[in-house]
Order: sequence, then C-alpha cells, then structure tokens
Amino acid sequence: MKALIHVNLKPGVLDPQGRAIARSLNHLGFETVKDAKQGKTIELEIDATSIEEAKTQVEAMCEQLLANTVIETYNFEISE
Amino acid sequence: MVWHEETTLPPVDFVVIPGGFSYGDYLRSGAIAARSAIIKDIVRKAGTGLPVAGFCNGFQILTECGLLPGALMRNTGLKFACRPQKLSIVNKNTMFTKAYKNQCEITVPIAHFDGNYYAPKDELNRLKKSGQIVFKYVGNPNGSAMDIAGICNEAGNVLGMMPHPERAVDPMCGGTDGKGVFQSVLEAIR
Repeated sequence: MKALIHVNLKPGVLDPQGRAIARSLNHLGFETVKDAKQGKTIELEIDATSIEEAKTQVEAMCEQLLANTVIETYNFEISE
Repeated sequence: MVWHEETTLPPVDFVVIPGGFSYGDYLRSGAIAARSAIIKDIVRKAGTGLPVAGFCNGFQILTECGLLPGALMRNTGLKFACRPQKLSIVNKNTMFTKAYKNQCEITVPIAHFDGNYYAPKDELNRLKKSGQIVFKYVGNPNGSAMDIAGICNEAGNVLGMMPHPERAVDPMCGGTDGKGVFQSVLEAIR
C-alpha cells in the first residue's frame, strides 16, 4: 500500500521560505500571488492488510516523527 | 561519549548534547536524533533531576524529544548565522548561570540555520513568568520569539540554547564567556 503524507506549517506560524518564494514569484511578474507556504510530501510503501490498518499506522508515524505538531499539521491519503 | 544506539547512560553527573547537524538536518533539525535509542534514557533521567544541556543542534534535539517546549525554525533572514553573538543573561538563578555573578552580558559564538525559536503565545508568556527564559539575544540574529536564545525546563535541570558556550572557554579561541555555564553546573553538582 502507498501512503502520501503532506506536512505543512500551521496557520499563523511564520514561514520565511514561503515568503521568499512568494516574493520571487512577484518579481517574475506573478503579482496575483499573495502568500506561499512550503511544506513537504512524504511517500511511504507500507505492508498492511487493510486501509484501516495502514491509516492507524501512518497516524502514529505522523505523531511520533513525521510532523512536529508544535509547528506543523499533517494529512495523508492511502492507496492500494 | 555515549553511542546513540546505547539504551542506558553510564553513571554520569551531567549530560551534554552537542551541536553538529545530526542526520544532515533531514526531516527537521534534530528530529531523527531525538528518536535515537539513548534519548529515552536521557528523558527518563532528566525527569529525576539529572542536569542536561543541549547546545545548537542539541537544543533542537531537546525540543524535538519533548524535554523543552517550542520548536526551532529556519532563521527569518534565510541565512546561516555564524558570528560572535552578544547575549543577556535573563535568569542568573539557574544551575547553568549562577557562576555569572557580576556579568549581565556575555559574547559567545552562534552557528546555525534553524535557530528561530517558536512557541505559541501562551507558552511564551508562561516561560517568561516562570523564569525559564535563561538567555536572550542582544540584537536578534534569527527572528526568535522574544529574542530567546536559551531556555530551561520548569524544574530547571534541562537547558537548551542555540549559542555555543563550549566554543568560548579559552582565551586562545575567541574568549572565555562560555565558561560560566560549565562552572555553574560544576558548583551545582559538587
């Protein structure tokens, strides 16, 4: 099974990298860009017997390592 | 020195988690080292009062493993900050700062990319009220909330700071302002 995990900064947490990206896009003429946030995507290949089981595992992985919940939020999709 | 795969600390009076970009700062600075085997025993013994200090990457590891609150994020200037840095000693009444009797400010090196301390507002206020803010930057180099350079836990036996006091302990190498941290601990554990 495949898990696709997205980790992003919580709303309200200053993201200097996102701000630099937004500013650079503005300089290129994309003035419609008001803000940018840079997160990360983690792909996992998991041995699990059901989607439910994979979900429980991935949730635990996010809480224990993949995201720092002081500053980040996460969500994920599981596919066969 | 204790290997990261060890599960028990030898009998020691003081633990230092040094800097050094463990695991190439992959995932988040300090995140992977904070899950290494030896950390469990450090967390357990810190809970019973063992003095623990983390400098630079060591501070990041201490927040990642939950011994200290908050998180260290990318410097707001997006630049690696590497220079002597003036700090004010906010709390001289800790086991890490008692030796700085007549000094209010010290200069020690900083060398980091992710030193921008973040914690939710109520946590910051709590840290301030309880005297857990130990060092502040004089001239904020990285965007840290409340100019925070170093904090301790509520019990006062765990210190984390981004600057490097261990790199300022010899007049031949950039001054001796960092010595007080180690002298303080020595006096406390004697």
